Amino acid sequence: MTTPPPAAIEVAGLSKSYGREPVVADVSFTVRPGSVTGFLGPNGAGKSTTLRILVGLASASAGRAAVLGGPYAALPNPGLRVGVLLDASAQHNGRSGHEALALSALVMGLPARRADEMRDRVGLSPAEGRRRIGDYSLGMRQRLGIGHALLGDPELLILDEPANGLDPAGIHWMRSLLRDFADRGGAVLLSSHLLREIEVIADHLVVIGGGRVLADGTREELLAGADGGLEELFLRLTAADAREDVTR
Amino acid sequence: MSVQNSSLSLQRAGGGRAAAEGIPFARLVRAELRKLTDTRATRLLLIAMAAATPVVIAVMLAVASPRDLNYTRLVDFTQTPQKFILPALAILIVTSEWSQRTGLVTFTLVPDRGRVLRAKAAATLGLGLALIVIAFAVAAVGNLLGGLRHGDGSWAFGAPGFGEMILVQLLTLLEGLAFGMLLRSSAAAIAAYYVLPTLWSALFSTPGLKGIAPWFDLNQAQGPLYTHDITGTGWLQLLCAASIWVLLPLAVGIVRALRGEIKSA
Repeated sequence: MTTPPPAAIEVAGLSKSYGREPVVADVSFTVRPGSVTGFLGPNGAGKSTTLRILVGLASASAGRAAVLGGPYAALPNPGLRVGVLLDASAQHNGRSGHEALALSALVMGLPARRADEMRDRVGLSPAEGRRRIGDYSLGMRQRLGIGHALLGDPELLILDEPANGLDPAGIHWMRSLLRDFADRGGAVLLSSHLLREIEVIADHLVVIGGGRVLADGTREELLAGADGGLEELFLRLTAADAREDVTR
Repeated sequence: MSVQNSSLSLQRAGGGRAAAEGIPFARLVRAELRKLTDTRATRLLLIAMAAATPVVIAVMLAVASPRDLNYTRLVDFTQTPQKFILPALAILIVTSEWSQRTGLVTFTLVPDRGRVLRAKAAATLGLGLALIVIAFAVAAVGNLLGGLRHGDGSWAFGAPGFGEMILVQLLTLLEGLAFGMLLRSSAAAIAAYYVLPTLWSALFSTPGLKGIAPWFDLNQAQGPLYTHDITGTGWLQLLCAASIWVLLPLAVGIVRALRGEIKSA
């Protein structure tokens, strides 16, 4: 029997509260190489907080979040191993798209031409690359953000709502990009509320609500009893969670 | 916008690259220097400053009385635009990480936030040093040209004079960084930086407080550095005023930046 490859992300008993308000409560899940893990939950479920803790932008109150075998902050040059897109609009509006890529390439120690390659890769023209990000549509920002995440040729992608603002062609493009990335052995953790997209692309699903994991398994396992697909499963899980909240 | 096939490369994702090497500090400083010059706002400020220094010297040469055309006075005047504009750059290099939310990218690529802050300080102070050296050179050219109008032409400035002007420059930039780190919003930090010290000076020019002003008012405490006659007490006053206006906000700002959560909204 072969041992499974080491986990790309391993979250165990992760909790985070602001004051007395728990936002993430005892969350555990694993993301493996060669797979796309969909991270689902209603607004305010704790998805973004979990992702911020994963990449060291926030600290956990309890529990452990290991990225590629250890704490994210211990990676010597994280951009070369983990591609992160938490908010496509979190870019300087006065900077050009190309400059945003070139600046990060500089920090990672990559040649400047890498910025052009990635701009091409995500379908932005040289002229669009020279425009200020302030003039970009949300879809263009998303493409730039995905290009930014791929800049260091990472083995793990952590993406928060990357399909937001993409047109149907863009969504199709991103789907095949992520599928290809996983097929080449990469690991993807993808949060989204676009259930249809997640259903098509994810091999593995983690559903959270109210800061807790409501379901965790392969797509086949979780959708086995749900005739209405992921949407039905999602609504059933989150509605049950809301009912429990009332009785608690 | 074209949509292209993404499965161009068949190699393993993240396949074989030296990712074990850390990021050298010099590279971070280069990135921060680049941030000081790659947006419209910062570029306009730098252009304004580059243009202002020779203009100030030209105006001095044209209108100042010949007795004022000496190196000390000319250096003083080149300092005015720099002292006015440079702190805005120092503020923006810090606040943009929060107000433009680029901190999300910056601190993900470099999780050691203290290192990023040190790189920002090194880049800002380095740029300040380079600009003041240029100002010294432009003032020297002005002093030579002043001979055409039979100006005083005195070079009595001395090595301590250079040191004192550089100290003022660095203190000014540190104050900008400190205000930026404390307030995090570009608009608030810039407004506070230009308004608060003036209000403070006004407060300390009232009869009852005038005597102790140099201890609390950084502008007053820096006065003797311009006139090159600072005393032992003067240094203590400078230290006291700088602690209030530079060290204190800097310390609070650093602690907040190191401990706080980096959020997207």
